[in-house]
Amino acid sequence: MSDFETVAASENQAARRGPSGEPGAPNQVGVPGKARSLAGDAWRDLRRNPIFWISLALVVLVTAMAAVPGLFTGNDPRDCALARQHAGPSGAAIFGYDFQGCDTYARSVYGARASLLVGALSALLTGIIALVVGMVAGYFGRWIDAVLSRVIDIVLGIPLLLAAIVLLKRVNSDSSTVRILAVVFVLAILGWTTAARVVRSSVITAKGQDYVAAARMLGAGDGRIMWRHILPNSLAPAVVVLTIALGSFIAAEATLSFLGIGLKAPTISWGIDIDSGRVHMRESATPLVVPSTFLALTVLAFIMLGDAIRDAFDPKLR
Amino acid sequence: MFRFVVRRLLQMVLAFFGTTLIVYALMFAGQGDPIQALAGERPVTEAQRAYLTEKYNLDRTGVGGFFYRYFDYVGNLLRGDLGESLTGRSIGEILTTAWPVTLKLALIAMAVTIVVGVTAGVVAGMRRASIFDNSTLLLTLLVLGIPTIVLAPLAQYLLGVKWQVFPPTAGAQPSLYALLLPGIVLGSLSLATALRLTRTSVAENLRADYVRTAKSKGLLRRRIVSVHVLRNSLIPVVTFLGVELGNLMSGAIITEGVFNIPGVGFNLFRGIRTEDGPLVVGIVSVLVVVYLVANLLVDVLYAVLDPRIRYE
Repeated sequence: MSDFETVAASENQAARRGPSGEPGAPNQVGVPGKARSLAGDAWRDLRRNPIFWISLALVVLVTAMAAVPGLFTGNDPRDCALARQHAGPSGAAIFGYDFQGCDTYARSVYGARASLLVGALSALLTGIIALVVGMVAGYFGRWIDAVLSRVIDIVLGIPLLLAAIVLLKRVNSDSSTVRILAVVFVLAILGWTTAARVVRSSVITAKGQDYVAAARMLGAGDGRIMWRHILPNSLAPAVVVLTIALGSFIAAEATLSFLGIGLKAPTISWGIDIDSGRVHMRESATPLVVPSTFLALTVLAFIMLGDAIRDAFDPKLR
Repeated sequence: MFRFVVRRLLQMVLAFFGTTLIVYALMFAGQGDPIQALAGERPVTEAQRAYLTEKYNLDRTGVGGFFYRYFDYVGNLLRGDLGESLTGRSIGEILTTAWPVTLKLALIAMAVTIVVGVTAGVVAGMRRASIFDNSTLLLTLLVLGIPTIVLAPLAQYLLGVKWQVFPPTAGAQPSLYALLLPGIVLGSLSLATALRLTRTSVAENLRADYVRTAKSKGLLRRRIVSVHVLRNSLIPVVTFLGVELGNLMSGAIITEGVFNIPGVGFNLFRGIRTEDGPLVVGIVSVLVVVYLVANLLVDVLYAVLDPRIRYE
């Protein structure tokens, strides 16, 4: 559709310019726009994908929730009174109150901030580590690749949850900033391997391409080839993996907080609320279901978003 | 092939030392005063302290002492002696009781993954963009997007407490039926990944040149799919399943915790909470070996399944 519009627009322009227009102009009209870039192609696909829009809307919604929670609820999540324990939904609190007598909905809304912060920072850090390691290993190959691949194997050999537990036990501080940074750091140093492997394999594929050989024959150095030719071609799969990883980092943070070693009160986290909701599920299920739904939808949104972007960027699947 | 296996074994040894060293260092550095951790709130007498220091070689300080204890520990591990937990129970014994439970759980999860995931993946891959394909894609997305800490308590609440289809917790001697729900919960995650992997792989292979050749030779579609496409498509799936089995064996801490299943993951979590360093390090090292061996087998299997792969 958009093609048609561009062509129509340029035809109009050409018509308006008339015979006094540039000599080359009429010829260009016949060509349906200039050759689109890979990103342009992907964007055209994405625009038509409802899953992309739904997940993007959810991501925007959660981000807004994390930034300005006051927009979504007027209640204070820390205003708890035991007198209201497990009180049902009312005009004041649409999902009722939990075991401690706190507003279930307000707590879930305020829980978005910590989760999103941890997810985004971990994904960023992971991306940096993965790009550097994957590029170096994939491009230089030989013993560097062997060493880095072994390092990846070793890190992959450590069960993530277990190592995170062991590492986080070392953090004794109760300051919420310290704990958030600790969780970010732990998730990043344990979680970069998958992305690094993806980068490595796409770098190896890109390295064998003719355009890299051409660049090398033209005298380009390693740095230039890596930066100008290989990085742009291995970035797309990395971004997809990282979007999905962001979702799983949010899930991992909630899991750690659920176990009682990630974030701790007074920080509000979905994981903590799910754990306390689970303990009291026989009395009232809403304090379990509401934060669970928030968490699941958020993780889902990021995974769906990554999935949609991958489908758009991977021409093989089209 | 032989050279490849030998090289892979050497890499495995390296990975084993690297991983055990890291895990041991983390536990060792994170422990504070292990003797006080053992005693809890109670005071420790000098004699007890001296005995424990002697027993666990705690008198050697600094880097030398650390490596002394590390090699001591690895030596014991290689002799099959996993030592005792701080509570005095033999770790080997703990694992012997816990392992069958975890294995049973992992096998149930694996069976669910293979039977439902791979089968549905093949069908979805053959009928891309059909209603079946689209609905399975959406369903797997949902499953992938729901973390275990949501899935396990919700399944427990709905099926165990509310509708009472399954027992909500497993208990000390879990029957197969009691493990079914946790197994399905555990398997659902790998199910979704296996399904998508199979689907993509089948769909890609169906467009390969050799399929066209087979078709033009006049082979039956059934034969093309079951012999040519399936063998090639299942390569990444087999890799994934092997790695996943390693993961499942390493214990589903959350699932075993929520459903109260006395498996490896459950013991592990208890060990961490009670600062039981030897127990955690013992279990983790065994799990690491399991994981590494699973990876090795997967790699060898990979080479057997896919002759296009050359390891040199």
